[in-house]
Amino acid sequence: MDKSPLQDFAAAIASGKVRIVDLTFTLSPDFPVIVLPPEVGQAMPMRIQRISRYDDAGPGWYWNNITLCEHTGTHFDAPIHWHTGKDLPNNAVDTLPPQDMIAPACVIDCSVEAGKDADFLLTVPIVEAWEAKHGRIPERHWVLLRTDWSKKNFRDYANLKEDGAHTPGPNAEVMRWLVHERGIIGFGTETIGTDWGQAFHLDPPLPAHHYLHGAGRYGLQCLCNLDQLPPTGAMIVSAPLKIENGSGSPLRVLALVSH
Amino acid sequence: MTEPLVRPRRKNPLARTRLPTLPPQWRSRTSHELTRAAAEGRFALQCCVACGHFTYPARDACPVCLSDELVFKDAPRGGTVLSETTLHIPADVYFRERAPWRIGLVKLDAGPTMVAHLHGDSKEGDTVRMSLQIDKAGQPVAFAQPQTETPHMSDDKQWREMTADPKFRRVLVTNGRTVIGQEVVRAMKEAGASIIFVGIADAWKPFPGEMALRAMDGVTIVPLNTADEKSTFDLAADIGAKVDILVNTSEHIRGGGLLDRHGTSTSVDEIERSYMAFLHLAQAFGPVMRMRGADGVNSAVAWVNILSVYAFANWPQFGQYSAVQAACLSLSQCLRAELRPGGVRVMNVFTGPLDTEWFQTVPPPKLAPRVLATGLVRGLKNGLEDVFVGDVAEEVHQRFAANPKALERELGQ
Repeated sequence: MDKSPLQDFAAAIASGKVRIVDLTFTLSPDFPVIVLPPEVGQAMPMRIQRISRYDDAGPGWYWNNITLCEHTGTHFDAPIHWHTGKDLPNNAVDTLPPQDMIAPACVIDCSVEAGKDADFLLTVPIVEAWEAKHGRIPERHWVLLRTDWSKKNFRDYANLKEDGAHTPGPNAEVMRWLVHERGIIGFGTETIGTDWGQAFHLDPPLPAHHYLHGAGRYGLQCLCNLDQLPPTGAMIVSAPLKIENGSGSPLRVLALVSH
Repeated sequence: MTEPLVRPRRKNPLARTRLPTLPPQWRSRTSHELTRAAAEGRFALQCCVACGHFTYPARDACPVCLSDELVFKDAPRGGTVLSETTLHIPADVYFRERAPWRIGLVKLDAGPTMVAHLHGDSKEGDTVRMSLQIDKAGQPVAFAQPQTETPHMSDDKQWREMTADPKFRRVLVTNGRTVIGQEVVRAMKEAGASIIFVGIADAWKPFPGEMALRAMDGVTIVPLNTADEKSTFDLAADIGAKVDILVNTSEHIRGGGLLDRHGTSTSVDEIERSYMAFLHLAQAFGPVMRMRGADGVNSAVAWVNILSVYAFANWPQFGQYSAVQAACLSLSQCLRAELRPGGVRVMNVFTGPLDTEWFQTVPPPKLAPRVLATGLVRGLKNGLEDVFVGDVAEEVHQRFAANPKALERELGQ
């Protein structure tokens, strides 16, 4: 019998040659969600309501009902999430092509810079410097921005001040460039959104959402363990729930890393 | 002179917690007019429409002129103690545990003679100020106290049975993120609460007044998200047996009625943060509070809800908010019945629009949060069940009693 690549793959996982890194936060009721002005609609945090726990409501079994937003916890953004992607074909989580759910990643480590400045902005020159070291970002790759933001306590993680959130993210130019000059499949961050904390003030506002979804690309946010990924070569498995016409979905994000 | 209350020592963990017992608890349906008056802190008696004589106890006909037109009406509060009796070994378990217990015959300025519980400073021959109180069994009883303030008057043993005074008690304020919550904390501190636990949800979100609250002496910040079942039960597991007064300050006010609101997510939020929050709190803290109703000077004593007076009749401008408040009012009645075996009272504090951000566009009069908080503490000190704070709440209450249909129409205009 010929050995298929998948058999090699299975053997590599079994032997530890390929390691699986979980990039997902636990879905818990106290995990921060995006904060918007209180008069507009709000994302619901994770809520867990017990149905039974080996008790009178179900003597032999334990299970819960859950409620949450499509954008709660570690989650995936589909193009339909943004006005720029609303008319694209296959733009919701139930229709997006399954082959897009597995793709390689380039990880740009800005943890030192973000550690010094909560308002750190990713720019084209920074990515060009990364490319000078690791090679040009290939098409249909994820670009993941490592900031070590996921290691903070929830208060510092959300980092809300009187003028809003202060968390690192990309500027408008780098997002346009990554999408249109490099053809990335998506952009992922450790922070609550793919965009910079103060991105309402950029032009266009929320450029990661604007450019990614306008071109039918995806977002991943609230990622963790990016420090365990190599700059290139990790494979990202990100299959959102198949929610009818869903704008996004909480999901388990796995990275496959070969030793 | 009243012996001043001493701050209770820590409980001996080897001693059994005594279970609550209740005073006798039967009244006629007519006598529940007295319950209504006692709940609101009014002194009302039956009065004959024909001849104007007050009468007590409740009857079907006036004992003076035999007219059957008897209505309950606020009566003068003055009286004179004719005689007093001290019960040393009562047959009733509740009173036996609290003996000696003093009662007296009081000749009311309004006319009738009434059996009343006597404040320690009220002796035979003294003039007294009468009130109707809700006792531990939820029944209206008469109470006679000195007409003028005496030292440590509110520390009187018998009076304290009729009230829910925060002095030396441990309080949980369930939401400290709001102005209301913070004002309640201040008022409780002024009233002599020994510990004030203050629930903070989503500690990762800063809130106005946070620094001042965290710096306040005698305040313990606890993680509590009442909209979340687990968070509420987790806190009850930690401090449930230390909560003597629970003040439910869950608050989520949004304007808007039914037809012009898009989708249901705001409504779900309202239900979660008010009704479900109340439900979680009740299921988590209710059972242990009911069990601790007779646990010494700092026994569990009261559950307080802050409700909108529009729980009684819908105010369409805040239509869905009113509906959720109505559900909370109904739930409070269920809780009251279920806490009664523990002698723990449920007090609802009703307000009109508050002078807070979410009522910004509503014209005055609006109630200042501070006034609400002091009204709440006054209600506890007087042992009330239904407290209407402010002109709007008072007016809506009266209009509802007079003609609920008229109120509905007028609020809908």
